[in-house]
Amino acid sequence: MSWLIKSSIGRKFIMSISGLFMILFLLFHMSMNLALVFSLEAYDKICELLGANWYAIIGTLVLAAGFAVHIIYAIMLTLQNRKARGKERYESSSKTPTQWSSKNMFILGLSILLFLILHLYQLWYNMQFKELIGDPTAVSKGSELVVGLFQNSWVVLVYLAAFVLLWFHLTHGFWSALHTIGWSNKVWLKRIKVIGNIFATLILIGFSIIPIYLHFAY
Amino acid sequence: MDKNINIKLRIWRQKGPKEKGAFETYELENVYQGSSFLEMLDILNNKLICEGKEPVAFDHDCREGICGMCSLYINGHPHGPDEDVTTCQLHMRKFNDGDTITIEPWRSAGFPIIKDLMVDRSAFDKIIQAGGYVSVNTGGAPDANTIPIEKDKADAAMDAAACIGCGACVAACKNGSAMLFVAAKVSHLALLPQGRIEAAKRAKAMVAKMDELGFGNCTNTGACEIECPKNISITNIARLNREFLKAKFKD
Ligand code: HEM
Ligand code: FES
Repeated sequence: MSWLIKSSIGRKFIMSISGLFMILFLLFHMSMNLALVFSLEAYDKICELLGANWYAIIGTLVLAAGFAVHIIYAIMLTLQNRKARGKERYESSSKTPTQWSSKNMFILGLSILLFLILHLYQLWYNMQFKELIGDPTAVSKGSELVVGLFQNSWVVLVYLAAFVLLWFHLTHGFWSALHTIGWSNKVWLKRIKVIGNIFATLILIGFSIIPIYLHFAY
Repeated sequence: MDKNINIKLRIWRQKGPKEKGAFETYELENVYQGSSFLEMLDILNNKLICEGKEPVAFDHDCREGICGMCSLYINGHPHGPDEDVTTCQLHMRKFNDGDTITIEPWRSAGFPIIKDLMVDRSAFDKIIQAGGYVSVNTGGAPDANTIPIEKDKADAAMDAAACIGCGACVAACKNGSAMLFVAAKVSHLALLPQGRIEAAKRAKAMVAKMDELGFGNCTNTGACEIECPKNISITNIARLNREFLKAKFKD
């Protein structure tokens, strides 16, 4: 199994699988959060289900591991690639018309990570984490916390900005992940690029509705 | 209509692999736009030699786009601003009177500079030696259609075999990755019955050599495909990934 770290395609394979895993999580997370738009009670029910239960905890741990792997491999790949590029750089800047996001995956990912830390601190820490350690200030009614949070326009703007960055990461990441595991050819390459753009846009819209709606509805 | 133009050249000069290099500026007058880019450099070298100066070292051989020997990073593009041609097939009509043209060597850790604009691309030979061949003698060219091969496979193999190994893919890649080259070589053999038998072994050996020689990890930016003078498609990279992963999971 050492090829998963020693060979370039092995490393890319891990990058791809961890990325696809997070894509699945995003879908789940978005569907669950959209409950907020329809009914605060429904959302609170879901939060209760995903509190300090063994399955929610295992889920959280697996998810955290997936993120950690993706980030560690991202750092490894980026450093190796900088080294492979060599010390001397071109003086004339590259005129090759590549997709912007494909060249900025690390910086996009890093910004998403910063947002993630803020997001975990604002919500997860006050909900699941405090409940886990038995802190009495743990929030039981998730909807109150979320609705309260999004009354602040700045918070809404920061969340929307993060979703846009995620959109850029996914417009390249989605098809790149499938290409990496070999699911691409002359016909499918065009298709997975289109599907990736549609998917990234759905994620962007789905997540953006929530803070905007909660900001104006309450 | 082709005219005569005056141009300014900024060329990377470097005495040897370990020496420090720098750009030098040269002016050329009355360059005929119908001449090729390398002919223009010949004119410059002629002038330099007449002035008792050291000519600019650059690689070239066939000058008809088939050997893969010419290189040069011209104004931000490997093989210059024209589409799907090598530097030797680039013409001066792609440039205008008064232009400044910046010429740099391929830059990548896998391709160290030998002198001026020449880089050492023997890493590609080493990758080929690791497995880019069929181990047994398969005899002379068989009669047409004695071995039936589907048209789409034959076409894809032919398209991949068009790779001349010039290294523009590595030169264009922000990751210094040689995946397009290796993918083309693995693909054109894997698609045909003679090469199919050793496909798994070949993919593993060539990728291992590529990694060992310090080329980067492909992140599918697609710069290689855009700059490739032979239009090699990145779908070959997907095929290489497939071949490699299949082989590894079988082990
Ligand atoms: C919700 C969060 C994220 C999702 C859904 C996601 C998804 C993906 C996907 C699907 C890929 C493509 C894999 C491939 O090309 O094989 C990818 C690549 C990458 N990601 Fe992420 N990612 C996320 C967060 C991050 C973070 C936090 C970082 C860095 C700190 C990061 C850095 C990278 C890098 C450097 C690549 C490689 C570029 C490439 O191969 O095209 N990502 N990501
Ligand atoms: S000199 Fe042979 S391809 Fe350009």
